[in-house]
Amino acid sequence: MAITSITPDLVEPTPALGPISEAWRRFRRDRLASVGLGVLCLLLFAALAGKVLTEWWVVFDPTAIRLPDKFLPPFSLSPASTGIQDVSVFGHYLLGTDELGRDVFARMLQGSFVSLSIGFIAVGIAVTVGITLGGLAGFYGNLRLGFITVDTLIMRFTDTMMCFPAFFLVLTVVALLPPSIYNIMVVIGLTSWAGTARFVRAEFLSLREQDFVVAAVALGVPERRIIFRHMVPNAMAPVLVSATIDVAGAILTESALSFLGFGVQPPYATWGNILADGKDFIFDAPWLFFLPGCAILIVVLAFNLVGEGLREALNPRLRAR
Amino acid sequence: MWAYIVRNIAQRLVLLFFVSILAHSVIHLAPGEPSQVDPSNPRMKPEDIARIRAAFHLDEPLYVQYAYWLRDLATGELKSFKDSQPVLPKIGQRFLNSLPLFIGTTLIVWSLSFPVGIQAAVKRGSRFDRTTTVLAYTLISIPGFFLSYLVILGVVSFLNVPVIGMKTFGTEDAEPVFQFMDRIWHLVIPSLMGAAGGIAILSRYVRSQMLEVISQDYVRTARAKGLPEEAVIYGHALRNALLPFVTMFGFLLPGLIGGSVIFEQIFAWPGLGRLGYEAMLARDFPVILTLNFIVAVLTLAGTFISDLLYVLVDPRIRLE
Repeated sequence: MAITSITPDLVEPTPALGPISEAWRRFRRDRLASVGLGVLCLLLFAALAGKVLTEWWVVFDPTAIRLPDKFLPPFSLSPASTGIQDVSVFGHYLLGTDELGRDVFARMLQGSFVSLSIGFIAVGIAVTVGITLGGLAGFYGNLRLGFITVDTLIMRFTDTMMCFPAFFLVLTVVALLPPSIYNIMVVIGLTSWAGTARFVRAEFLSLREQDFVVAAVALGVPERRIIFRHMVPNAMAPVLVSATIDVAGAILTESALSFLGFGVQPPYATWGNILADGKDFIFDAPWLFFLPGCAILIVVLAFNLVGEGLREALNPRLRAR
Repeated sequence: MWAYIVRNIAQRLVLLFFVSILAHSVIHLAPGEPSQVDPSNPRMKPEDIARIRAAFHLDEPLYVQYAYWLRDLATGELKSFKDSQPVLPKIGQRFLNSLPLFIGTTLIVWSLSFPVGIQAAVKRGSRFDRTTTVLAYTLISIPGFFLSYLVILGVVSFLNVPVIGMKTFGTEDAEPVFQFMDRIWHLVIPSLMGAAGGIAILSRYVRSQMLEVISQDYVRTARAKGLPEEAVIYGHALRNALLPFVTMFGFLLPGLIGGSVIFEQIFAWPGLGRLGYEAMLARDFPVILTLNFIVAVLTLAGTFISDLLYVLVDPRIRLE
């Protein structure tokens, strides 16, 4: 107790915050990242609304084809010729119609859920594989399997995966497999885990030497508990950052695949394939091209900004500056 | 040192072997075969399909097919399924087409990223820093083909710069100078578009690297002993911040093939990326596999070179 009385100015003047609320405070100070987070919340809402309103309780029907109404600009009224059961909600096409007279607003709503779930599921797969392999290599690295250590085995496999150019590999597999939305998610996920595996391994290697882990081992805490209770949470910060940025990457990859014709196939709408289809009508119906393009830009930008904001908020080394 | 190099090359050769086996199994195990590309063609009779399959060894077990592929690749006899042309000259031709695009893109990326990144770091928080930050994030976040289409629209409306192909049709008889300038003009827009994402990423990286170095003690010491700011930034800080970038030269190599599919498709550029794309559509296995093999060789060579460069530029690192 004598020590605290000698150096009272070293004691935190404010009540100590937990690491999470501390990071949240730093994150909120970053204006761009906060705006990004706001956009993502809106997007999440739009995606959920899209799922509900276009599939479960169909208010906006993204599949209804109304050929007389094709290429109507945004905010135009449904013409009187449209059959009564086909008239869009409020009698308006908020974002116009496409070459088959489908309501672009409904398609964008549906697409927001599909695009977002491609991003999240692909990154979920990549992160799961990355943490598992990186964690195994980091924790059980010295274990020998015959003539080869676990670390060598896993990391050489990771190197092998990194030898394939990512987009080329995705394209090869997607082109050879039957087109389906699940294949695209799985392929993007299974080709992008190498980075995560590498830095989870690095984190584990340094964590294994730290006092709290050594203490836990000395106390006889079971290995499973050490890994999942003590090490994984401490290795999560860089994973979270790269996962956020990878979601953005997955959405972009999907749109690039759509451009080449290997993206999500109809009847599913994604922002990527609305954009890729819209490019053919760039002069006749510019909204078909610019709306999804700008939507992708804004959402991917938001993911990137939030990722960078998280990086600054979670990285103790940058904090000192 | 030499022991390290020899061991490293041996390891990489083993890795290369596994990469090629993996590529081979992925392509052959996935559904879709060269004989099924055009199932609606009435002239394709079952006996034709059987003949094609026999000619391409498609009925043999996988490891035999792999051995055939390896033998043909080593002897240079490898032929495309699609048009029976030898694969290596075909790839060589496309490589020559891709090379100017690659060089143009790389030059633009590296000559723009460094000034921008250094300025942004030195004037941290200034208007320039904030503007380039937002611009960089926008360039990273925009789908490449969306941006390209916007630029094409702008260019064809307001500027007289060609946007399609490698050269203007019908200029074969023109003077060599004219032909050369024609080629250069055709390069401008595709390489700018290819460079956009790279500039954004690299300039951000330069910025964070510079920020890291500027806060070091030796920079403060240099300032404290009264050196002019220029000498501090370019003499002390930049030289140390450059270290990781020297190694990045190695990672450039695989970009020759992988990064260019979309842009070559948009600008009708007959390069390697498009060759790969067309080969996939035709299930042209020898071409796909050989391209994949070349990429793997380039990647492994690239990481090897970057390891060596690291030792050359950073005396603190020793190879064991």
